[in-house]
Amino acid sequence: MDKTKSQTALAVKKDQVSKGLQQSIRNMDSYTHVRGESIYVDDINVRQGTFHAVVFDSPVAHGHIKSVDYSKALAVEGVARIFTYQDVPGENQIGGIVPDEPLFAEDEVHFQGMPIALIVAESEYIARQARQLITIEIDELPAIVTAKDAKGKGSFINAPRSFHLGDTTAAFQKCAYVFEGETFSNGQEHLYIEAQGAYAEPLENGNIRVTSSTQGPTSVQKTIANVLGVSMHKIEVDVTRLGGGFGGKEDQATPWAVMAALAAQLLKQSVKLILNRHDDLRMTGKRHPYESTYTIGLSKDLKILAYEVEFLQNSGAAADLSPAIAERTLFHATNSYYVPNVSTIVHSCKTHLPPNTAFRGFGGPQGMFVIESAIAKAATAIGVKARVIQEANLLQENDTFSYGQVATQVEAQKTWTSATTVFDIEALEQEITDFNTTHDAIKKGLAMMPITFGISFTNTPMNHARALVHIYQDGSVGISTAAVEMGQGVNTKLLQIAAQVFAIDSAKIKIESTNTTRVANTSPSAASSTADLNGKALLKACNALVARLKTVASDALKCKESEITFQQECIYLAGQKTELTWETLISKAMLKRVALTENGHYATPVIHFDKTKERGHPFAYHVYGTAIITTTVDCMRGTYVFDAVKIIHDYGKSMSEGIDLGQVEGALVQGIGWMTMEEIDYDANGRLRSNALSTYKIPDIFSIPTVMEILPVVTEGNDMAILKSKAVGEPPLMYGIGAYFALQNAIMAFNPKYTMKFHAPMTPEKVLMSLYEKEAENQK
Amino acid sequence: MVEFILNNTTIRTAVDAGMPLLDFIRYHKRLIGTKVGCREGDCGACTVLVGTLQDDGQVMYQSITSCISPLGNANGKHIITVEGTNLIDRLTVVQQAMKDNYATQCGFCTPGFVMSLTGFSITSTEKDIAHALDAISGNICRCTGYKSIVNAANQVCQSFKNRKVPPTLDWLVSQEYIPEYFITIPERIIALNIEEQVQTGTVFVSGGTDLYVQKADALQQGAIRLIGTVNALRKISIKEEVCTIGAGATVSDLWNHKRLNLIFPKLKEHLKLVSSEQIRNMASFGGNIVNASPIGDMILFFLALDSILTIRNSKGEERTLPLQKFYKSYKNFDLKEGELITTIQFTLPNANSKFNFEKVCKRTHLDIASVNSALQIVSKELIIEDIHIAIGGVAATPMYPHKTIAFLKGKELSKTLLIEANKVLQYEIAPIADVRGTVAYKRLLARQLFFAHFTTLYPYLFKLTDFLQDG
Repeated sequence: MDKTKSQTALAVKKDQVSKGLQQSIRNMDSYTHVRGESIYVDDINVRQGTFHAVVFDSPVAHGHIKSVDYSKALAVEGVARIFTYQDVPGENQIGGIVPDEPLFAEDEVHFQGMPIALIVAESEYIARQARQLITIEIDELPAIVTAKDAKGKGSFINAPRSFHLGDTTAAFQKCAYVFEGETFSNGQEHLYIEAQGAYAEPLENGNIRVTSSTQGPTSVQKTIANVLGVSMHKIEVDVTRLGGGFGGKEDQATPWAVMAALAAQLLKQSVKLILNRHDDLRMTGKRHPYESTYTIGLSKDLKILAYEVEFLQNSGAAADLSPAIAERTLFHATNSYYVPNVSTIVHSCKTHLPPNTAFRGFGGPQGMFVIESAIAKAATAIGVKARVIQEANLLQENDTFSYGQVATQVEAQKTWTSATTVFDIEALEQEITDFNTTHDAIKKGLAMMPITFGISFTNTPMNHARALVHIYQDGSVGISTAAVEMGQGVNTKLLQIAAQVFAIDSAKIKIESTNTTRVANTSPSAASSTADLNGKALLKACNALVARLKTVASDALKCKESEITFQQECIYLAGQKTELTWETLISKAMLKRVALTENGHYATPVIHFDKTKERGHPFAYHVYGTAIITTTVDCMRGTYVFDAVKIIHDYGKSMSEGIDLGQVEGALVQGIGWMTMEEIDYDANGRLRSNALSTYKIPDIFSIPTVMEILPVVTEGNDMAILKSKAVGEPPLMYGIGAYFALQNAIMAFNPKYTMKFHAPMTPEKVLMSLYEKEAENQK
Repeated sequence: MVEFILNNTTIRTAVDAGMPLLDFIRYHKRLIGTKVGCREGDCGACTVLVGTLQDDGQVMYQSITSCISPLGNANGKHIITVEGTNLIDRLTVVQQAMKDNYATQCGFCTPGFVMSLTGFSITSTEKDIAHALDAISGNICRCTGYKSIVNAANQVCQSFKNRKVPPTLDWLVSQEYIPEYFITIPERIIALNIEEQVQTGTVFVSGGTDLYVQKADALQQGAIRLIGTVNALRKISIKEEVCTIGAGATVSDLWNHKRLNLIFPKLKEHLKLVSSEQIRNMASFGGNIVNASPIGDMILFFLALDSILTIRNSKGEERTLPLQKFYKSYKNFDLKEGELITTIQFTLPNANSKFNFEKVCKRTHLDIASVNSALQIVSKELIIEDIHIAIGGVAATPMYPHKTIAFLKGKELSKTLLIEANKVLQYEIAPIADVRGTVAYKRLLARQLFFAHFTTLYPYLFKLTDFLQDG
């Protein structure tokens, strides 16, 4: 086929993309964001007499508390009180999935940074000063720091989970090639720029209103009620927006909100608790480190016939969301590939680190890293390019995943072929070969990274949302949903939906804060599905209101309801504009006592999963894409840059091109960070050494790929997605995995004696050591 | 008393001069657009602009991270927060560019970027994307992946196309980069009733970029003496081929020094590795020297330049000391109570002299080195007449490897010589394992950076493959 034609057929061209971007909607908050007028929890104008709180935490990872002396701290002028577990009126328990996490340590501490007490004072400064005066005696016990160590000692969060498809044992017999290996991927600090925080205000009758920087208002509400020993209706949780979440505020925003509420209840005063950065880094969990072992078997024509993998998840000291994250690792263990015989198992290993938690990708990236490592290892051993194996095994229509779901509307091959043709993979590879032949001290490497990511909470009961829509009598609209805005642009998408259905100017619509008294019993904003779930609920509510308004309009215009449409704030009859405007229609509806409020409820259809059989159809749909990543390594210094990342991404039919592109770019850079410079470092005693921004580095403006070209693949979209616009939050993070393998290939080009390692992140240290690997061994 | 102009309001306050400026802005003045991100100058969410009245009557604006800047350093200045850039019901050019290009997601880092780019718009003499990126290099964003922010910076640069630079305040106001009140600032600064701050503390604080990272709480009400606004300490002068740098001079003062940029053509390239623009605008050389970090970038510069320190005691008596002899052990150095380093002096390199700086860390920019090194070499027909090497991250103090230097002096440069010299260097250094790397890595890196000096300075003589053990 003619190349230009093939490009047009597969991917939307660059100029079309840039035109789309010019017209696409801007984040609805950008006006206040750029003026510094957006309100985050620390920006609330607090009530007079508000106290400020600071957490006193465990200095060691594991030990028995012998004694704590608060007397000097309590003597500091301005200190109101110090709360410990003994002050908890309800249950000293905040575990979400498993009740295994005390709010405050009692006799034992299980991780460095584990909260022991809350110091409440007239100012945060005073509380910090007081904290320094607390003395604690602890009998330090040995700490389990790695997952492998935990497994060896039988220390687990829960029973392992395991998925099986086909018969791997039999299949390995038929394989021409079988390879085994071990991999490690380290954790990752969320580094939302807004640290964790909450503000609690006591109301009358023992009710409390809490403003929390949380992705999960309902779990904050529920946990506060449990700890305070009151019913949920006494606790109101409100969220305006988050200064970044990335999963780090799904479960781990909760303790701080609970502590603030506890202090507010007991002191009958407002209490603000904002973690400072060092406390946040030390006290909160991160992306889970994984240690994994695999066996992969391929046929002579490079089909992956069998794949076995054991994942050891370093869950930290409590369950948090680890079991759910472990499950998703299994769901994505084969990434974009069809493997007929699969056997996977994951152990959630209990260690003495802060409970590790949700982070964009939710265990999926860790699973994908292993199979990509297996493929890279196989490719090197067989002597083919990894991309040959990758392409030979791409998921096709009606292939079955290891958990029994049949893949439909599969775009894996399409995005792959599009990427290799639009970006001309062969020319790219030739350029790199030529460059490497003519350069001794600088080497380039390339890798391709396909992704397939399932959309839905894998825990089926969580896939629901509600939207409460008020049309006020002047025609303006207020919308409340369960969606939490944290930069992903969900509020903007909600605004678009309502503006489109009502055909009114978006200036007439307000997206309200997320509040448990308006929308109750919600799932957290997570799993990339916030816009789908809340958008569909909103769509239902808006459609119901429009149906009622059409009755009013047909009455007024003496016509059939089916002839009426809403366009540009006017009512159209059979395609013709009438004198009836949106505002006058609303006035008429008021006079007719029509309800102008609607509550839409959406629960994702079709999906189901049976955990006893580990079989089902857990995902509404999958998101696909393919990336090509190239890097240049300075072989003198071990430093590197990423020259280009070129991506064909499956957006479905994007409803907000600018916002969706921003999600892809942001996730990609975060994924590259995880694979390269972001290195969590706990010492052998479980103390965090990468405990500040000076020791934990995330990508800055100079470390992003020089070229980032992201084009959409042409598809019909998916009806399960909101307006056929697919979820976009998490999937692109996994393109970043390609960065790891691009580096491996560049190192191989310099040092042919190098044995490929699968130990992420690939820091400049590891790169330099690898470049000189055999030499370093010789020197020993 | 600290007196300054905050946005469009004159402030006279008696709160502790040691309070971080950020806390004063946010919690005393409720200007909430300036955000708390990291409190160590590493994220830029708290970026504000500081305007300083120059001798020519103009106000020079620089970006700083207000989290690690003491309030007292605002004395006599114009401090601008994001609120101080806002127009009524309209966006500024910078704000509009951020909005147009989808450069804001969660919005928390956004005011910091807006301030850095506004500073660039007012101050930078070169309105190209490279300089715009320098201006925002100290701002971290976790959401966008930066590409949209680069696009916004490009739009800001485009807006200056065919305009004379630096633009006048009048033009910037008329084009809606800044609000109108900026025009009144120079005369209002002159009208300030600035008192010399009388502090009797024992802890000298200049820019605060190290001290406020380490112990902001202790300094807030502590016995500090602010010297950051003492102009006498900030001079850079060159007399008879001797360069004298005031210990209070900032990295930006060096960055902006025309003659030194000619003498060290790669100066900006090197300083870019040292820190972000916000930090360069605050950090003083004296502060870097007494922070005594074994990986202090600027210490290595001055060691390789064979610098002499002038130290003054409380009675005003002065003594001099070669920087080589200043450090005794980890964070322990030859400075008595009440003594203050006043200047750093070095002889300018001559025509036969070459200078190079190398630094490797996890993140190329704005990170602390695993190993860093500076080298000055004077050679004639390949004979090493004089050489100074400084290497960081391989010992308890910034290291001046005497034995390696002695080994090299007087010899003819060759591949074999350098390989042998590295053996001496490896004998001399004693790195420890820490968060910045293992011992094996630091040793390997020390070797690589040692060789890198020579492949960089003598590209026609040496290449990497010369130093590979088996060819």
